[in-house]
Amino acid sequence: MRSSLPPIAKGEPILQVENISLSFGGVNALTDVSFDILAGEVRAIIGPNGAGKTSMLNVINGFYHPQVGRVIHRGEARTGRKPHEAARRGIGRTFQNVALFKGLSTLDNIMAGRTLKMTRGFFWQCLRFGPALNEEIDHRRKVEEIIDFLEIEHIRKVPVGKLPYGLKKRVELGRALAQEPELLLLDEPMAGMNLEEKEDMSRFILDIRETFGTTIALIEHDMGVVMDLSDRVVVLEYGRKIADGTPDEVQNDPVVIDAYLGRSH
Amino acid sequence: MFYREVGQFKSTYAADMAIFPIRQDRIGIAVMLGLAVIAIPLVANDFVLASIMIPGLVFTLAAIGLNILTGYAGQISLGTGAFMGVGAYAAFKMASAFPQVNVIVWILASGVFSAGVGVVFGLPSLRIKGLYLAVTTLAAQFFLDWCFVRVGWLTDYSSSGAIEAARRSLFGIAITGPEATPLARYFVVLGLVVLLTFVASNLVHGRIGRTWMMVRDMDIAAELMGVRLLPAKLLAFAVSSYFAGVAGAMMVFFWLGAAEPSAFGISLSFQVLFMVIIGGLGSMIGSYFGAAFIWALPVLIKFTPNLFGIEIQSATVEHANSMIVGALIIFFLIVEPHGLAKLWAVTKQKLRVWPFPW
Repeated sequence: MRSSLPPIAKGEPILQVENISLSFGGVNALTDVSFDILAGEVRAIIGPNGAGKTSMLNVINGFYHPQVGRVIHRGEARTGRKPHEAARRGIGRTFQNVALFKGLSTLDNIMAGRTLKMTRGFFWQCLRFGPALNEEIDHRRKVEEIIDFLEIEHIRKVPVGKLPYGLKKRVELGRALAQEPELLLLDEPMAGMNLEEKEDMSRFILDIRETFGTTIALIEHDMGVVMDLSDRVVVLEYGRKIADGTPDEVQNDPVVIDAYLGRSH
Repeated sequence: MFYREVGQFKSTYAADMAIFPIRQDRIGIAVMLGLAVIAIPLVANDFVLASIMIPGLVFTLAAIGLNILTGYAGQISLGTGAFMGVGAYAAFKMASAFPQVNVIVWILASGVFSAGVGVVFGLPSLRIKGLYLAVTTLAAQFFLDWCFVRVGWLTDYSSSGAIEAARRSLFGIAITGPEATPLARYFVVLGLVVLLTFVASNLVHGRIGRTWMMVRDMDIAAELMGVRLLPAKLLAFAVSSYFAGVAGAMMVFFWLGAAEPSAFGISLSFQVLFMVIIGGLGSMIGSYFGAAFIWALPVLIKFTPNLFGIEIQSATVEHANSMIVGALIIFFLIVEPHGLAKLWAVTKQKLRVWPFPW
């Protein structure tokens, strides 16, 4: 419920991650990772496979709870917060391997993103008349705006199970947008896409920030995209932070180059 | 040829979001209702009403209940029979405790009790999923079965252990008990089932139904949209058990007239589950198809030879019946694993573009 949250000035930290350590049994997924995300920026999280990037997003979301460290969101520490609470506090998310509701149409998937904003109770839902129907129509109008924005009018009524991969990713982005998040976490939004689709997606990401003022944190493997889109980049390797800075700084950091290309022995 | 939406332009979201957005569908529903209200009472004899229509409608309601839980919310349950039993016993107890209140009120209220019981047995669903949950709901089935047999209070300590529908009337016409005509009972059952179908259909087409389907399709993403899983699943259990409970109460009061505890055994649960699977998971019309297929078809087959004056031993008919119905189940599930409702949807889609499907 974005409207219920006080606005946050551009450049102020919206989310701080402090000394996060997360392990599963004996496996350390994250070790002492700290960074921050400033309001209005595009923040990239990169690293080789298995570096702990998705685990990091899961910690921010509340799917995982770290053993050590805390996540400070809008100035309040939110250890132990559940995913649905994160949603209430304006954090949206897409998944690496598309997590759409496959039995529902594109329209219903995006409507699903509006769930929290619908308030009519059980009684009116039973009648689907008057206030409940009006509410549904109001939200449909919002959803149509998002459908227009993402240029997916033609697949409005298609069950998402039948859509090609690139469009699924776009629908998922639409679903996250329908939540009107203040902070949007994108987990590999361009994985498995061709050049044209990547360009489209990059354009959407920039447009989202431009139009809705959304802060974006994204994980991506395509370095060209990361360097072009992001304001700041944090690099993880084996669960540790090895670099943090602007794309130029990170690109020329010898530790990062070693992590990606391997070092000579 | 006649089933076509050409020229039906929708200029409002309300029209586009209607449950039957195509005009021919709305006409079709009106015709079906007309048949059910006018034509069937005129042509059908007492046997058709009492043995096909009334139980068919009662089972439809139970199937809608299970479909909400299994088809829409994705939680498999094998306790439907027991939840129907809870409704039946609740209606029996209340109707005998407060005879001055109309029996229809008690039948509708009986579902509240089974909803409560359903919620209790739905609690494990947060941790247990799929087939394991089905086994957990078996516990409900066996525990409640035991209660119906052992707890004498439920049957008002009747010596036979059975419950009986009391004599009650509506507007001076007997609707339950031995004096009630099949026609009167049919109208009451039809009215209640149509009303409750309307409610169920509204629920699944709105926010709550969408929440259920979100939980069914991808629970982690649902959480991320702000859905709290346990309340969403428990609501599905409550609504589903409510429908099952009302169906159970109607089964005793309008169809059987009396029932022993064994009527609400595990075989009833399976029967309703088969209706839902054959009819189509996650479909309202599928619940009707499923109930018609599993209940009405065997009855029709059983009496077809008599209709043509062919003399066959009833045992032979019984065997042939099982074979035919079994073969049809296999046939339909191979042709369309998603049930008769999907078959119906495919047919409609084909009709829409006929005769130029490209």
